[in-house]
Amino acid sequence: MEVYLAILVGIFFTVSIYLLLSKYVIRVLLGVAVLGNAVNLLIFTAGRLTREVPPIIPAGLQVPVDPTANPLPQALILTAIVISFSFFAFLLVLGYRSFQDLHTDDTDSMRFAEPVDEPAPPRGY
Amino acid sequence: MTGMNPTIVFLLSPFLAALLSPVLVRIMGANAAWLLALIPAGIFAHLLGYVPSVAEGEAATMGVVWAPSLGVNLSYFLDGLSLTFALLISGIGTLIILYAGGYLKGHAQHGRFLAFLFLFMGSMIGVVTADNLIALFIYWELTSITSFLLIGFDHNRMASRRAALQALVVTGGGGLALLAGVVVLHLVTGMNELSLVLNSGDVLRESPFYLLAFWLVIGGAFTKSAQFPFHFWLPNAMEAPTPVSAYLHSATMVKAGVYLLMRMNPVLGDTLVWQTVLPVFGTATLVIGTLLAIRQTDLKLMLAYTTVASLGLLVSLTGFGNEKAIEAAVYYLVAHALFKGALFMVAGLIDHEAGTRDIRALGGLRSAMPLTFAAAALASLSMAGLPPFIGFMAKEEIYAAIARADAWSVAITLFTIIGNALMLVIAAAVAIRPFLGEAKETPKHAHEGPVLMWLGPVVLATLGLVSAIVAHTTNHLFVSPMAGAVAGAEVDAHAAIAFHIGLPLALSVVTIALGIAVFCFLPQARFAMAKVLHRIGWGPDTGFDQFISGLVSLSTLITRFLQNGRMEAYMTTVFLIFGVAIWYGLIRYGEFPEFPQFVTPTFYEAGIFLLAVLGLAAVIYAHDRLTAIVSLGIQGFAVAVIFILFGAPDLSFTQFMVETLSVVILALVMTRLILDKTDHRPFGERFFDTAVALIAGSGFLLLLLAVLQVPFDPALSDFFTAYSRVVAHGRNIVNVIIVDFRGLDTMGEIAVVMIAGLGIIALIRVKARRPRAEAEQ
Repeated sequence: MEVYLAILVGIFFTVSIYLLLSKYVIRVLLGVAVLGNAVNLLIFTAGRLTREVPPIIPAGLQVPVDPTANPLPQALILTAIVISFSFFAFLLVLGYRSFQDLHTDDTDSMRFAEPVDEPAPPRGY
Repeated sequence: MTGMNPTIVFLLSPFLAALLSPVLVRIMGANAAWLLALIPAGIFAHLLGYVPSVAEGEAATMGVVWAPSLGVNLSYFLDGLSLTFALLISGIGTLIILYAGGYLKGHAQHGRFLAFLFLFMGSMIGVVTADNLIALFIYWELTSITSFLLIGFDHNRMASRRAALQALVVTGGGGLALLAGVVVLHLVTGMNELSLVLNSGDVLRESPFYLLAFWLVIGGAFTKSAQFPFHFWLPNAMEAPTPVSAYLHSATMVKAGVYLLMRMNPVLGDTLVWQTVLPVFGTATLVIGTLLAIRQTDLKLMLAYTTVASLGLLVSLTGFGNEKAIEAAVYYLVAHALFKGALFMVAGLIDHEAGTRDIRALGGLRSAMPLTFAAAALASLSMAGLPPFIGFMAKEEIYAAIARADAWSVAITLFTIIGNALMLVIAAAVAIRPFLGEAKETPKHAHEGPVLMWLGPVVLATLGLVSAIVAHTTNHLFVSPMAGAVAGAEVDAHAAIAFHIGLPLALSVVTIALGIAVFCFLPQARFAMAKVLHRIGWGPDTGFDQFISGLVSLSTLITRFLQNGRMEAYMTTVFLIFGVAIWYGLIRYGEFPEFPQFVTPTFYEAGIFLLAVLGLAAVIYAHDRLTAIVSLGIQGFAVAVIFILFGAPDLSFTQFMVETLSVVILALVMTRLILDKTDHRPFGERFFDTAVALIAGSGFLLLLLAVLQVPFDPALSDFFTAYSRVVAHGRNIVNVIIVDFRGLDTMGEIAVVMIAGLGIIALIRVKARRPRAEAEQ
């Protein structure tokens, strides 16, 4: 079963990287969103899969009787989802604000910090 | 090592003095020099206590453990070589501190200057006494750094800055060679301490890495001791205030390279390459140094080039290959430290009192500055190699050592005679031109300098005479033990000032005659040299400028290439390297996953996988951005369903919520922007980007498959499952991990969310405020 998910993870990464390589901020943002899912699925799959049994201890017992899904990757991913969402929201607003000030979402035209005609450093002492 | 020893406190005390001097100068002014000079004087007096035992052939080692796991110790080693050096450094240091007290009197940064001098003194004493190889390197680099600070002391002048940088680049580069050299020494001998390496016999000479160690040590020594073709930094270092020139760039620091060669002579010397390279470069430096000195009219520059020449002579003698030559080198080293230190201080005095250092503008100062004249005369006679000074003894020993019948020795002797004769010319010019003849009008009305300043040159010049008169004591206490340490065998020096009719004396007479002849035609000789140099036109000094300029161009080029300001290029680089790294690792170490076994998934699993892939495809191929955003939602929801299918309901709920929010705010923001509708990548770029994405993406796939094929270690998961209810009293294991076992992580996560939220508010409010600010203007 893991094989299918592994292939899916590969596709997620490929698509996300393809989007990240774009010049346009908005497509880069889409890439960031997909990248989050790609990483989460990678962790999820690496922790092995168990169908349909959540890691919950039945009432009245100290430990689960039957094998359950691996709880550790789930805990990690839960944290990761929330963080990648806040990261995504911040980037979104950043992109929005830069569009308002620079009137473009083409990263090639955003040369404010690294101007194209930057003078060469001095040669003297 | 014999543990902590009071001597270590003395050896480290200059660093304490460096801390004190700015404060003391602020309180006491220039007179603080008297108090501060007590520290080097104390070191000198303390080290004198070692002289009798070292003269008997004993060597003292001491130190404290520093980083034993790395074999680095703060250990010291006192034998004839290091003791004589340390005595010269602390003794001359005492006089220099006094001299600097007078020279920079009233300077706003006087305290800082003295602090730098003390830092240097501590480092230099460390270089010559360090036993541990790494400690030696650290002290060595410290002398380069303090030299940089002192040369660039007057940092408002570009010439100072250039000279400081040049000295640092040349000697620092040599220092790196030395670091590699001591590592090789350590690897070959297995020892960390010099005192042990020196007893390793022929291990180094017979090692296949001998040549490597040799050239690395030479790289350190030749740059530090300004050997041709690295000589150019030393005359430029004359930009430093004169106390620095007298101390660092004649008497002590530049001799560190000679020290290193002498130190290594017992284990690296006595080979053909050693006995060829050292005399060839040394003699070349001697002749070139004196020729360039003839050309100068500035007192300090004349002296600086003769220092280069003298260092060449010392290197040549160290490598000449017989004990007599080593003995001669020791005599010359001591003589040179005394007379050159004195002459530099004299040059500084003249500059200080008369306002110029140009010998063409100076004359007749003898009556105005009698003490200075006396010191200059005594020191110059020693430098010229005339009796009854130690310089004469040194020269006699040199000729006795190298005047042999074979062609090689004859050639070296001839060049040495030329060098020594020209040295005599400079000595005469420095002593005679400013003081004798008609009095000339100088920028300042000259008179004798303060006691702080004439004390140093007078003492050093007198010592040049006294040490020769009591030659027997000098030989027994200093020369024999030092030469013995350099030769690695017992040496009994017995030079004296009494004449011995023989070849050395004849050669001395030839040298003197030649020198006097050139002196008579000094202006013509200077003119001729200037013409020759003009004809050549290029020198290592110009080369240094070209090197620095080239370096700046190269780094500009590389920076422009790597940091080109295009985010696309950065991303491509990152992911390409990422993908290649994964693939390379898998191929190189044969970690490719085996071909996996496919089991048939249930129809709803297959359906949801397909949905996710369709969502992704739609994101890429969407014709307008709104479609792309909605498609983003599809793949997100598909992931949420995958989570619930495989037993992760918590993840699924969170994922649903987050994806919904993402799509909503993305759509809200996007509709406010006027954007081009589709992806504009031309075909070639699209192809390239796809290739990069496929390389990296498939890398992740292979990596994950490889991970899935190793046995799973459930230790952590089992722990959480077993203790979730028992210890933390929760039935939902995932929740228990988040809020209990890893509660602190969750707090960090909340902090991240909060900071991102604050950042978003800030970004939005900055915009809201701007129109108001503009309106107010």
